[in-house]
Amino acid sequence: MLKALTKILRAGVLAVLAVLLTVPPANAQVRLDITRGRVEPMPIAIPVFPGNTDELKQMGKDVAEVIAKDLERSGLFRPLDQKAFLQELTSLDVQPRFADWRTLAAQALVQGSVDMQANGQIRIAFRLWDVFGGQQMEGKGFGTDAANWRRVAHMIADLIYSTITGESGYFDTRVVYIAESGPAINRVKRLAIMDQDGANHRYLTDGSALVLTPRFSPTGPEITYLSYFRNIPRVYMFNIDTGRQEVLGDFPGMTYAPRFSPDGNGVAFSAALNGNSDIYSMDLRTRRMVRLTDNPAIDTSPSFSPTGDQVTFASDRGGTQQIYVMNADGTNPQRISFGTGKGRYATPVWSPRGDLIAFTRYASSDGFFYIGVMKPDGSGERTLAQGFLVEAPTWSPNGRVLMYFAQAPNGGRTRLFSIDLTGYNQREMITPQDASDPAWSPLSP
Amino acid sequence: MKLRFLSLIAAAILLSACAKKPVETVAAVAAAPPPPPVAAPKPTGPAPDSLEYFNTVVGNLVSFGYDKYDLDAAAQSKLKGQAAWLKQYPARTLTVEGHCDERGTREYNLGLGDRRSNAVRQFLVAEGVAAARLKTISYGKERPACVTSDETCWARNRRGASTVQ
Repeated sequence: MLKALTKILRAGVLAVLAVLLTVPPANAQVRLDITRGRVEPMPIAIPVFPGNTDELKQMGKDVAEVIAKDLERSGLFRPLDQKAFLQELTSLDVQPRFADWRTLAAQALVQGSVDMQANGQIRIAFRLWDVFGGQQMEGKGFGTDAANWRRVAHMIADLIYSTITGESGYFDTRVVYIAESGPAINRVKRLAIMDQDGANHRYLTDGSALVLTPRFSPTGPEITYLSYFRNIPRVYMFNIDTGRQEVLGDFPGMTYAPRFSPDGNGVAFSAALNGNSDIYSMDLRTRRMVRLTDNPAIDTSPSFSPTGDQVTFASDRGGTQQIYVMNADGTNPQRISFGTGKGRYATPVWSPRGDLIAFTRYASSDGFFYIGVMKPDGSGERTLAQGFLVEAPTWSPNGRVLMYFAQAPNGGRTRLFSIDLTGYNQREMITPQDASDPAWSPLSP
Repeated sequence: MKLRFLSLIAAAILLSACAKKPVETVAAVAAAPPPPPVAAPKPTGPAPDSLEYFNTVVGNLVSFGYDKYDLDAAAQSKLKGQAAWLKQYPARTLTVEGHCDERGTREYNLGLGDRRSNAVRQFLVAEGVAAARLKTISYGKERPACVTSDETCWARNRRGASTVQ
C-alpha cells in the first residue's frame, strides 16, 4: 500500500490510494488461466462510473469505456453491452443486485464512481465484484488531476486484469515506434510515441534525419535509437520528458541495434568497423565500453536476459544468420536456433519474464517472414505470426503479448500488430501514419 | 553505355549531313555568300571529369548476390574503372553506400550494407586509391532504388552505390 502510494506520487499521477472496504482473497471461481492456449473471453459488466456534474458524468462514461476497451483488446474479456444492464449503480455504495447481473451471464462486475474532491482533484474509485460469489475481489480509489483520468482508467484495467488472471497487466504503458510517410524509395521516418491503446499520440522528431529501431529504457523516460543525423548513423539517447538527444559515444564506424540492459544503466549495441559488426556494451554512468564479440561475422541485435546475466544476439558466423546466447561478459556463445528448414533467424528479444526469446525468421524456401518464440535453450520453438514481411517483435511488460510490424509487398503499407503468446488475438494498432519498429514501454512507474 | 555510343554516332552523322548540305546549296545558287566555316565535330556527352561522366560512363553501381558481399567479375571491372578515374582526378572523394533488398531484417541489413560498402572501399584501396578519399555508409534496406517485390528489383537494390564529391 505504502509502496504503491510512493510509486504513484513519484509518477506525478499523485495522491490518495485507498483500499475500499476489506478485500477478501480473490474468489477462485472468477479466474482465467491465460497460460493455456485459447480461452473463452470472460463476460464482464462495466457500467458507466456515475458522477454528479455533467463534466464528471462524461468522465465516468469515458473511464468505463477506456477500461472496457483495454480489457476487450486483451482477448481475455468480453465487456457486455451497457444497454442490457438491469440495475443502475448510482454510487459506489449501492449494493449490486447480483441476481440481475447473473441474468446477463456477467461473471465480473466493475462498479465505479467519479467525484470532485475539496482540494480540486478528482477521485476515481472502483470495486471489482465476483458476480456469482457476490464478493468484492478488489477495490481502490485514485485521487488525481482531472487531466490524468485516462491513465487512472488504464491503472484500473490493469488491476482488474491482474486480479482475475494472476498476472501483472500492461495497459498503463506506452509504445514508441517509427512513423513512416512519403515514397518507399525515400521514406520519411520519425520517432513517435503513444499510449498502448493509441491515445496521446505525438511525434518526437521532425523527420529531417532518418531514425530507426527505438527501444524503451526499462527504468526511465528514455529511448535509445539509431539516427542518421548529419548522415552519420549512430546510436542516440532521447529523453521523452525533456526532449534532449545525445549521441552515445564517438565511434569510427556505424553504431546500431541498441537495447538497454534490464537495470537501465547500460546499452548493448553493434559497432561496425571496416565491414565487420561486433557487439559492445556501454555503462551509461561511466561510459566505459566492453567488447562482447570479436568475430568476422555480423553480430547484431543484442538483447539482455531480465537478470542481466546473459545476452542473446543474431550472428551469421555459422554461415547463415542464427540466434546465439552468451554470457553478459561475452563468454560462452552458444547457438540456439536450428529450425526445421533453411531459415534465417533474426531480432532475438528476451521476454521480461525470462522464459522465452521472441524472434523473426525468414524462410527463403517459402518466401515468408515469421514471428516466433523459443526457450532460451532453443527448444519449444513456436510460430505466432507470418506474412510477406513481419519483423521486430517487442514484448508487453508482462511477457504475454508481442507487438511487431508488417509490411505489404511492393513498397506497401507498414502497420503495427499485437498478438498473444498463445498465437490468438491478433490486433492491429491504429496509427495516424504507416508504422514500424514498435517498442513497448515497461509498466509506468 | 551502348546508348551513349549510339547517340555519339547519331551526332556524328548529323554533323556530316550538315557539312554536306551547304555544299549542294552553293552549287545551286552561285550568288549566295560563302557558307560559314563548319566547326569540326566535337564529342558530345559529359566532360570526363564530371559526376555525370563518373555515374554514366564509368558506372557508379555494383551489384551483389542475395546475402552476399563478394565482388564478381563485372563488379571488379567496374571498380577498376572507378579507381582509374579517381586516380586521374585526385581532388575527387567518394562515398560508397551499401544497400540491401527487403528480404532481410532491418538490423542485419544495416550490417550487410556496411559489409558491401566496405568490400567496394577495400577493392578501390587495393587498386591504389588513397583510403582517406573513401568514405562508407550503410543504408541497409532503407533507401531502395525500386520497390517492386520481385527478384529483378531485389537484385537492383543489392548494390554498392559510389557517390562522387
